Amino acid sequence: MSPEMKGFILVSVIKLLVIFTALLVGVALLTLMERKVAGWMQNRPGPNRVGPFGILQPAADGIKNFIKEETSPAGASTALFMLAPAFSFVPAMMLLAVIPLAAPLPLTFDFTLPLIGRVVHDGLLPISIADLPIGFLFVLAIGSIGVYGIALAGWSSNSKYSLLGGLRGAAQMISYEVAMGLSLIPVLLLTGNVSFSEIITKQQAGLWFVGPLFISFFIFLVAGFAETNRLPFDLPEAESELVAGYHSEYSSMKFSMFMIAEFAHIVTISAMVATLFFGGWDIPFTTWDEQGGLAQTIATHVAFFLKMFFWIFFVMWIRWTLPRFRYDQLMSLGWKVLLPLALAYIMVTAGALWGIERGFGWTTPREQGFALLGLNVVLGYLVFFILDRGRVVRGVGSAGRPVSVAGEG
Amino acid sequence: MSRRTLELSVSTPTMGADGQVRNVPLGVARRPSESVSDDFGAEHMLVNIGPQHPATHGVLRLVVELEGETVKRIIPHVGYLHSGFEKLGEYRHYNQIIPLTDRTDYLAPMANNVAMAMAVEALMGIEITERCRLLRVIACEMSRIISHLVWLGTTGIDLGAFTPFLWMFQQRERIYNLQESWTGARLTTSVARVGGMMADVPEGWEAGLRDFVQTFPTTLREVDTMFTRNAIWIGRTQGVGVIGAEEAINYSLSGPMLRASGVAYDVRKDRPYLGYDEFDFDVPVGAHGDIYDRYRVRLEEMTQSNRILEQALDRLKPGPVNVADPRVILPPKSRAMGDMEAMIFHFKQVMEGVKPPAGEVYFGAENPKGELGYYLVSDGTAKPVRWRIRPPSFINLAALPRLCEGALLSDVIAINASVDIVMGEIDR
Repeated sequence: MSPEMKGFILVSVIKLLVIFTALLVGVALLTLMERKVAGWMQNRPGPNRVGPFGILQPAADGIKNFIKEETSPAGASTALFMLAPAFSFVPAMMLLAVIPLAAPLPLTFDFTLPLIGRVVHDGLLPISIADLPIGFLFVLAIGSIGVYGIALAGWSSNSKYSLLGGLRGAAQMISYEVAMGLSLIPVLLLTGNVSFSEIITKQQAGLWFVGPLFISFFIFLVAGFAETNRLPFDLPEAESELVAGYHSEYSSMKFSMFMIAEFAHIVTISAMVATLFFGGWDIPFTTWDEQGGLAQTIATHVAFFLKMFFWIFFVMWIRWTLPRFRYDQLMSLGWKVLLPLALAYIMVTAGALWGIERGFGWTTPREQGFALLGLNVVLGYLVFFILDRGRVVRGVGSAGRPVSVAGEG
Repeated sequence: MSRRTLELSVSTPTMGADGQVRNVPLGVARRPSESVSDDFGAEHMLVNIGPQHPATHGVLRLVVELEGETVKRIIPHVGYLHSGFEKLGEYRHYNQIIPLTDRTDYLAPMANNVAMAMAVEALMGIEITERCRLLRVIACEMSRIISHLVWLGTTGIDLGAFTPFLWMFQQRERIYNLQESWTGARLTTSVARVGGMMADVPEGWEAGLRDFVQTFPTTLREVDTMFTRNAIWIGRTQGVGVIGAEEAINYSLSGPMLRASGVAYDVRKDRPYLGYDEFDFDVPVGAHGDIYDRYRVRLEEMTQSNRILEQALDRLKPGPVNVADPRVILPPKSRAMGDMEAMIFHFKQVMEGVKPPAGEVYFGAENPKGELGYYLVSDGTAKPVRWRIRPPSFINLAALPRLCEGALLSDVIAINASVDIVMGEIDR
């Protein structure tokens, strides 16, 4: 094995350890953050007993879950029942592997390690576990595996609540995956590439895609909510209907794995939104961050983290604000609203890009970005204020129906 | 058939007509014409919701027959909280029944206390004092507000919106604190007595209530912002669980359930008691009889109750709370220890209780959940021969199978929440 290969493997292993440790700890802290956010919205302090500001609450929860009794319902299909949490957990963990967390770091070293030998690294080190050329296709593909976890958990538990939750989950995730995949086609059209680093480069050169591809952003966000099974799309769990849905019968660490998977999904979706539509690690209005170096890597990572953090907060904000959809409404939103909208938007974007390039001869990302931004302002107005009024959910047409008041007597 | 198929796991062995033992789903008495199988020979799924379930508001049990997620049949089972209140009442003095009424509709105990005292007073023909009357109005309207607050919060949870629940409970807490400082208890208030009240309100209490009355509408506005024009909320509630005016009357519905269907029947307006006819308030009436209208009606009722509270506070003047009849009202302990006659009356009151004349009475009060009726039969002794409660929740719940026709499983939860039941009253 060449020293360069050894160097590559070494930095990859280190990145792997650091990122996954950070993700797992981050997920644990997110459970605390969610409860704090909930407390904040509900005029109560949230957890504050374990450690200062309840900071050790996740540790306490983790320990509690470890020492809880493992239960398995009678008649459960044991193998699948054990496997389902892993099916949920592993893909959720894998998703973050391809997302660039900061600007590439120029890294040069050349030294000899005992047993391993000479290790060499020279050049830019991408700050993601793997900067795959298939980029978001990987995320979509691996994300789809998560549905097996839910469907199998529901089916193997031998419980009716779980079964219904599993069925709902499978149908919901498959439906929204379609819209989610299609919403990313315009991104592909604009960058000509699916790799995340390319997408970020294009956004640095032009505009953040949230402007030029606003409808895509909207569809992706909604579908992302559905993918994470969070309110208002938490029908697979639906605690007031199905007790706890597909994980009703799970206890101890198996339950925790579903929980971790859910939060890891939130992280991934937020990171995707930040990367695809908010420039990833790009710091706006400056090109300083593109020069490379340790300071730039750290600064861009902070920028990325803040963007991601905002969307994580947004997911929690929505979760504690909105009621839940009904199953048929969820399906009609996915298939009758988001899917046609995504398809139509692909056509519109493709046509507009063709027109911009051929008609006006604008080929730089910046020109294209501004032209599409103008188009999206019009489209956004059309979609949200004219087409959509009263269509998404049945009954919105008669919004704010007043009650009459019987007079005296 | 393997264990994995959806067999009816909740079942009881029953002897069929042919002498064979069959497994019949628990509580589902099936006519021979009804089949568990659909057109394709697949079995419907029987789902048992409750008595231990997050959305059954106590220990209601619903056996739901599902085809996919569509409800084919729904059978409510009651009785898990049966306490025999009515029978217990037959062995108690009238004033001793009042603590039992706390525990029927435990979300609005003060309204029940007042209704019980009013029923006995109607039997005895007692005229209560002005201050007592206003205090009772205040107790009833406070109960209405806390009951509707719980309803709104729990319905929000059933539909997935958790946050308003805690906003509601914060406001409810303020009333509970007032209740506690008045009666010494938060839930088992037992505030009314035949001919008066357990106690006058403590000093500074009126100011506390006035503070509540002034700030409470802010919370109502917040909830209004969260729900009333929320697309998801509207989608979940409008056109769900619809019952028309005529049918609602036929089902003997009352309270917000009836008014949401467009019938302007409110006992406070139609058969005024406690001088409700002197108060300036409106009765909100819906038009569609769906969950959304029930929500709007209850929300508006809280505003109206707030108005009544405000007016009652304005009219509340110092004065005697209890009637000046020692055969009805216990003489104060200070007098009983020093005054011979007072001591005799005190003794007789405690040992023998209030004795209404022989006869019977039905007293209907507009409770938060509907018309609460107390029917008393007296034979002239200190204990009723029969005490019958007309529990509004129970009668409203009877319409649940009708409301859930063709609904989805999620709708069942929403409809069940919209009926606003409290199991203590249903199982009594």
